[in-house]
Amino acid sequence: MDKIPILKVGKCLLVTIHIDMHDRLAMALQDDLTNAIVSTRAKGVLIDVSALEIVDSFIGRMLSNIASASRVLDAVTIVVGMRPHVAITLVELGVQLSGIQTARNVDKGLETINRLIEQSESTDADGDD
Amino acid sequence: MPANFDALASAIEQSEKDLLRRWIAALTAAGATRSGQTSDKDLKDACGRFLNELRNAIKNGAGEDISSEQWQNAREVLEEISTARALRGYSPVETALFVFSLKEPLFDLLRQTLAREERLADVLVASGGLLDRLGLFTTEVYQKSREEVIKRQQDELLELSTPVIQLWDKILALPLIGTLDSARTQTVMENLLQMIVDAEAEIAIIDITGVPAVDTLVAQHLIKTVAAARLMGADCIISGIRPQIAQTIVHLGLDLQVVSKATMADALSLALKKTGQKVERIAARG
Repeated sequence: MDKIPILKVGKCLLVTIHIDMHDRLAMALQDDLTNAIVSTRAKGVLIDVSALEIVDSFIGRMLSNIASASRVLDAVTIVVGMRPHVAITLVELGVQLSGIQTARNVDKGLETINRLIEQSESTDADGDD
Repeated sequence: MPANFDALASAIEQSEKDLLRRWIAALTAAGATRSGQTSDKDLKDACGRFLNELRNAIKNGAGEDISSEQWQNAREVLEEISTARALRGYSPVETALFVFSLKEPLFDLLRQTLAREERLADVLVASGGLLDRLGLFTTEVYQKSREEVIKRQQDELLELSTPVIQLWDKILALPLIGTLDSARTQTVMENLLQMIVDAEAEIAIIDITGVPAVDTLVAQHLIKTVAAARLMGADCIISGIRPQIAQTIVHLGLDLQVVSKATMADALSLALKKTGQKVERIAARG
């Protein structure tokens, strides 16, 4: 079975979805990713969906589940590079991905995620004082 | 039937000039020149060409079926005339009259030529039917060309009304003008999202100064557009909400779930701030 590679870049994990997702693959990704967050102690997850052409409500829910799970594990999720038609489809399906940050491309995404990680770390530090 | 058409062709051939003169007189009397909009010369030219093609078609053995190949040239002349008239704003009746007014002079002519022959009635019926079909054909062409005009205008309107402007680096503006229906919103949304990709934009300002009314449906469309843009990593700002529209939105209990600013200028200054850009007045000159 295909597997989606999860790369560690600095303090965050980079996931590039480069093949069309089927449901089993999506479930496997969700498992792998939560495991990877715990084992690498990552603070952020960046999901690049620029090659994703077909989405359904299941994939949409999977994305928001990943975000919720990451948040519980103290990592922020950011989705980058969504195509116009994918965005329209998700909106029409009523998937708002409200807990997820978005960015235009990986470059912007990394910038944003690093800023968010710094922010959350500084608030944690404030809390300790 | 062909025998009847033969009689018709020879009758036309014998006194084509006379027939043409009387046909034009009938057309002019019926107001076909539209008080000079179509010049007498053009009318004469059109009539002459049609009569010529009509005679040729019948001579070449064309039957009743005007969609056949022999009628090709005659159909082309009629198409040209009807299209020109449709574009000039003639009514369907005026356009159809072009062919129908040929009936009277043609029937008179046939009555004279075939005065003592038994087949007169048959020839008259056959020619009448033929002219009816040709007349209906002009109406059909007229209708088609009008529909083409309407279709083209609709397309133009759709294109004109949904421009996406690159206002600044990473900032797009979408001035909406006119009522938003589902079809237009779809185009607007697609244009905006594609432009966000092309321009790598971070902020999109949707200006609704030109939207005459906002109801729940329009608001729904706006919210969808904003949500889709957000999914692609761009924030939206809505500007140009007029006082009445603001009241309507409140009365309807709508939540646009988006930053809104009174004017495009305010929206732009917020967008500049969000993208970390600044516009400054340079020191006073002179």
